[in-house]
Amino acid sequence: MKRDYYEDIQLLDSKVLWFWFLMLIAALIVFPFLAPNYYVYMANYMAIHVIVTVGLNILVGYTGQISLGHAGFFAIGAYGSVILMNVLHLPFLLAILLAAFISAFFGFILGLPALRLEGPYLAIATLGFGMAITQVIGRWQVFGGRMGLETPSLKIFSYVLNSDRQLYFLIVTIAFFMVLAARNLMKTRVGRAFIAIRDSDIAAETMGVNLTFYKTLAFAVSAFYAGIAGGLMAFLLGFINPSTFNFILSIYFLAFVIVGGLGSIFGSIMGGVVMTWLMLTLDKVQELPYLGSILIMFSERWMNITGLPNIASIIFGLIIILLVVFEPLGLYGFWIRTKIYWKTWPF
Amino acid sequence: MFFQLLVSGFSFGSLYALVALAMVIIYKTSEVPNFGQGEMAMLSTFVAYTLLVTHNNSFVLSFVGSLFFAAILGVFLEFVFLRRAKDPNILSLILITLGFQMILYGLASWKWGAEQRDLPFPVSDFDVINLGPAVLSYLNIATLLITLVLMLILFLFFKYTKVGIAMKATQQNAMAARINGIRTNRILSITWAMSSVIGAVAGILLAPIATLDPNLMLEPLLKGFSAAVLGGMTTLVGAALGGYILGIIENLFGGYVSLEFKSIVAFGIIVLVLCFKPSGLFAKHYVRKV
Repeated sequence: MKRDYYEDIQLLDSKVLWFWFLMLIAALIVFPFLAPNYYVYMANYMAIHVIVTVGLNILVGYTGQISLGHAGFFAIGAYGSVILMNVLHLPFLLAILLAAFISAFFGFILGLPALRLEGPYLAIATLGFGMAITQVIGRWQVFGGRMGLETPSLKIFSYVLNSDRQLYFLIVTIAFFMVLAARNLMKTRVGRAFIAIRDSDIAAETMGVNLTFYKTLAFAVSAFYAGIAGGLMAFLLGFINPSTFNFILSIYFLAFVIVGGLGSIFGSIMGGVVMTWLMLTLDKVQELPYLGSILIMFSERWMNITGLPNIASIIFGLIIILLVVFEPLGLYGFWIRTKIYWKTWPF
Repeated sequence: MFFQLLVSGFSFGSLYALVALAMVIIYKTSEVPNFGQGEMAMLSTFVAYTLLVTHNNSFVLSFVGSLFFAAILGVFLEFVFLRRAKDPNILSLILITLGFQMILYGLASWKWGAEQRDLPFPVSDFDVINLGPAVLSYLNIATLLITLVLMLILFLFFKYTKVGIAMKATQQNAMAARINGIRTNRILSITWAMSSVIGAVAGILLAPIATLDPNLMLEPLLKGFSAAVLGGMTTLVGAALGGYILGIIENLFGGYVSLEFKSIVAFGIIVLVLCFKPSGLFAKHYVRKV
């Protein structure tokens, strides 16, 4: 039972939640000291994808716009931070922040046509934007062309970060605060305006929501998230080239959002984590126990052994379709249903 | 130079027009922008390749076989996945077709790998005829002719056959069509089959110019989609015209301004046009009511 506005906008509204929240922080701190190196690398990957997913969910799940061009913003963040560090010799934190703002600016620009477009028209406009960014980066020598760019060494104040474990603390801290920020944003006036626009933009406008401002803001915020994530990804991979940021990546990001659940921050976290695990595991599908050798036999007999990693694409496609058809709320929907099931257990 | 660019732009434009037509036919009946269109065409082209090269059939047989495959694929996807979605909104429809795209892309790359192949086409790309100041290859001419014939068939189909008219009725008002005894579900399946076949023709015509690999249709799909949006997603004629316009503008841009950024110009045009005419150039703009 909520009695006033301030209770409604509280970050965590019960003691139980506080307990698990603190446990989560503790687990995140302890994790890299216990887990083997590969899992730390995977956790970095997951944290970056969680940032993008949360950002994209603000746009798709909360504001009801569609974007098939988020790989473009991701690329702007990655290239922006690397180039700002290489050319202008800015410190890392400043460079990544600036790159994310550049990305947000592009998001704002893309938000302008979005004011008049919807459905398939918006989809193709954003898709074209994403493709155009990759093409420009691939053709322009400043961006290293098709050969790509090496990332400079990563220094924060005077600490040099070079192992996955050291990166972990940077990436997970940033991801943690960005997720918190998103959760808080959705509880404010801005967040409510986004949701109103999603439910009906005309009704929202008659209620006094400034559509121009809030739609472009949603694009800008979402692009900002993608920009930060892109910058971090550049340093995680250590090397970036245009083919990393292709059209398929944009669909993957959308898939993370769908799998997690539209319009739910917690869902986005689950979606980002689960799908990244699946993505990295399927990349080496032939090394899985039992299943791997069966697939190899099957490929040799019927398919082509070199194309085996592409099975990830098939499985992702199937997951998207099945979820959309049978569980439109995604993993978050499963979570809610399990919770209700246990709460009311014998019934 | 100008005339040459115009003519070859026309030839590319006709491929975009085919893809655009395929998209619009589906979009009009089921309101789905089919992002899987390109991969459906790509897979059908690979089937043609397999029939032709691996199994040594004649070209006509492989061509017909691949079109047959395309029709079945279209019906299959519509029946198995799309029809299962309960009152879907536009976002979930887009996502389902994106799912098709990923599944088909994955299947094709699993089966045929990233290796680049050549589809032997009976009409040569190198023998040319001179047409005033311009040079046209036989393949260009074949592309233009096949496209025009296909469009003519489509026009006659929608104008004079019973199925075509039923299709138009379904597009205008599915409920009313159903009340009047049209099996709208079957019409939907036929639509998907038709669209898939048109896409497959575009894929087979494109394969000798480009190289046959799983990425074959990625760009043409986006261009064709752009063309459809440019002309208006709700008019067949508009979509076809949009394809030609896009092909010509793109080629002129490539010739006079910059060859490197040729493929970006399409998206620039789309965004610009959509800013001024949100429903495309040739379609009537409906303002949505609350």
